Amino acid sequence: MSRIRVPLARLAHARSGDKADWVDFGLFAWNAAGYAILEREVTAERVRAHFAPWLPGEVNAWPLPNILALKFVLKGALQGGGARNLRLDNLGKAMAAALLRLEIEVDAAELDAALNAPRVGWWGEA
Amino acid sequence: MKTVRIGAGLGFYGDAWEPIAASIERGGVQFIASDHLAELTLAILQKDRQRDPALGYARDVVPLLLRLWPLMQRHGVRFVCNAGGLNPQGAAQAVLAAFAAKGLKARIAVVTGDDVLPRLQGDAADFPHLFSGAPVQGVRERLVFANAYLGAAPIVQALDAGAQIVITGRVADAALFLAPAVHALGWTLQGATAARDLDRLAQGLTVGHLLECSGQGSGGNFGAQGHWQTIPDLAHIGYPIAEVAEDGSALITKAPGTGGRINFDTVRQQLLYEVHDPHAYHSPDVVLDMGGIRLDDLGQDRVQLTGARGRAPGERLKVVAGYRDGYKAEVTWGFSWPDAWDKSQQAQATIRTLLQERRVPHDELYVEHPGLNSAHGPLAPLPAADALNQLNEVWTRLVLRTPEKAAAEGFGRLFPWMGLSGPAYTCGFTGLHNVSELLGIWPTLVDRGAVEAGVTVELMGAPS
Repeated sequence: MSRIRVPLARLAHARSGDKADWVDFGLFAWNAAGYAILEREVTAERVRAHFAPWLPGEVNAWPLPNILALKFVLKGALQGGGARNLRLDNLGKAMAAALLRLEIEVDAAELDAALNAPRVGWWGEA
Repeated sequence: MKTVRIGAGLGFYGDAWEPIAASIERGGVQFIASDHLAELTLAILQKDRQRDPALGYARDVVPLLLRLWPLMQRHGVRFVCNAGGLNPQGAAQAVLAAFAAKGLKARIAVVTGDDVLPRLQGDAADFPHLFSGAPVQGVRERLVFANAYLGAAPIVQALDAGAQIVITGRVADAALFLAPAVHALGWTLQGATAARDLDRLAQGLTVGHLLECSGQGSGGNFGAQGHWQTIPDLAHIGYPIAEVAEDGSALITKAPGTGGRINFDTVRQQLLYEVHDPHAYHSPDVVLDMGGIRLDDLGQDRVQLTGARGRAPGERLKVVAGYRDGYKAEVTWGFSWPDAWDKSQQAQATIRTLLQERRVPHDELYVEHPGLNSAHGPLAPLPAADALNQLNEVWTRLVLRTPEKAAAEGFGRLFPWMGLSGPAYTCGFTGLHNVSELLGIWPTLVDRGAVEAGVTVELMGAPS
């Protein structure tokens, strides 16, 4: 079986936001096949390790199979909160994209199936 | 089955209000609920109030209502907002004064009682930091505001009493939307213990959470590689609208002919936004468990929301307080090819030398490079130094964090001499700018009974 490294950006979409010193992420699969990969590969530990060179802190994770999503919270990520954070991205809004940089290794056939399965949402007439 | 249509207003102080007109004219809404207070907004309003005690509210509510109230009157739409900020009375007075000048009338309700600053400043009080557990004594002298998140009850009371416009201070964002549903559909709010009642409140809270960020609930800010481009016509985005039924089920949609997109993907991206444990999303009115939520995409910008589960809320309310936490001073400077990266590095080293030699008190000199690493820090891989030196330009943003205002104000004066005596080919140096006071946020909890006993709803103005 051939294995392929892919960034989450190819498999998922994401949004991040802030509460005090925490950044929270929603990570969303486009379909059930993609969700099976995310749920298995993108653990709290994996997310913590991804951000560790930049923002070491505890990560909590919750799976939400009902909406094909994972929820992550990265604690201590905003220098104490948006009103004292010196970064240009003081609210962590761009950090969801940094999560999408995370690379996972998956079986080629499984990836192919996830990329080719239809999206769940209505995206208008083509 | 009885239903009510609620439309999203602003998502923050400064948001666009033009899209609300489409919801009123073509969206069939009976209520607009408008969230002017992000977590940081009270910090901004506090600075306003320091300059002028009559301020301290989100001033955009005045032009918004001057423009949209006549339209709302024609369509029988009522307006609920938290634009009162730190001064709900002041906001209402400002709206009434502006209305009087234009010959407009409205019955306005003002909700107060969320200010708990004196309580946190009391000697015996114990308000540990919600996350770290640190005692409030460490920041007590520096507190500048402290507000509890109120629930939907006073807004429901105001609507029941016939208010056409409700202006509150800090309330749970989603309560702005839950309240019109409770009012219009006759739901049990206070003391609800039956599963059916709590689940309906949880549905109403979810609706509020989906609508409280205006266009972010209808495809704005949609974060995805290769797909964000397919969200149509953001220039004319329609803000989300919820049609909530008596049983709590809700249809999320938007006004016909508007841009943006309501679908499974855009709605669930907002559903998890700024949520921590999705099985325990706390509000003063109900604790929401999202684990059973179903989002059925019906197509044509319609998503059916069901399955939210609710538990009774706790005996304490969340408080967000702000305390003075030093100053920052910021300088941004551009260096051009050739050797732009090396010049930036040398300039940074020079500034560090000056800070040390002149013994400028500071906690941190933060440096980032807009255009290279300011969004993703070290997760954004930089080219090697020789490649960086081939770049057309390298921008450098230096931010000093210091406990002393004088040090912050002096930071910009460390730079100008380098215009003639530093590295060549620089641009964009505009001298000292962006000195500002930093605020630390202190989340904590307060006994709800004591706060709610002090909540008042006052009616002013005449019915239109």
